Amino acid sequence: MNDAVVLHFDVDGENFTSAGEASVQVKKTLRQMGFPPEVIRRVSIAMYEGEINMVIHAGGGKADVTVDSDKIHIVLADKGPGIADIDLAMQEGYSTAKDNIRSLGFGAGMGLPNMKRYSDHMEVESALGKGTTITMDIYLS
Amino acid sequence: MTVEALAKQLSLTALCLPEADRTVEGCYCGDLLSWVMGRAKSGDAWVTIMTNINVVAVASLTDCACVILAEDAQVEPQVLEKAQVQGINLLVSQKDSFALCAEIGALLS
Repeated sequence: MNDAVVLHFDVDGENFTSAGEASVQVKKTLRQMGFPPEVIRRVSIAMYEGEINMVIHAGGGKADVTVDSDKIHIVLADKGPGIADIDLAMQEGYSTAKDNIRSLGFGAGMGLPNMKRYSDHMEVESALGKGTTITMDIYLS
Repeated sequence: MTVEALAKQLSLTALCLPEADRTVEGCYCGDLLSWVMGRAKSGDAWVTIMTNINVVAVASLTDCACVILAEDAQVEPQVLEKAQVQGINLLVSQKDSFALCAEIGALLS
């Protein structure tokens, strides 16, 4: 593969029922490109968690996925409220989601931990009142 | 065991069975979607009482073999439509999650 494949998505923050569409589209594209099922699973789960977080906490955002010869690079950027304590947010079970979100089955405090679990490298940059950018790499060995 | 065979053995009602010959390799039970997302394995039969549309996305992304709705949990038509489009097997039972998992465990062991 010489040229990287770049996918861009605008994640709609108002529409909870369509949340996950970008991840499903990435899954389809990777499947068409012939990636192994485990790689596809890791990428799509990591991305879905990020997508849901942007819908729940940030009123939407942008997702960019670059498929390179040696890795899949994901950038999720939002202009939401930011994360006050990233170390705390990374702990399994910690969540600031409201009850209406929990009643849908989210807000288990597993979003960021799942993203870390399923990516090989993850960075979280966040500024209160400005937004959060998460980058993740899944290496193709 | 295929999803179709499992459905027959457990007397499940199929709401949508676009990939009836998928093999069931294991079972996972849970209602917190993010938790399921992190733990369920490809090929699992996922037993849950959750029926909102995000269940379809979680089933698709974890690549589980089927979703089994316990205790006759009711599904909106738009959820069924989405399951059909995304190739997700969706079944329902009157039994509770424990009974379903126990029976699936016995069948798979």
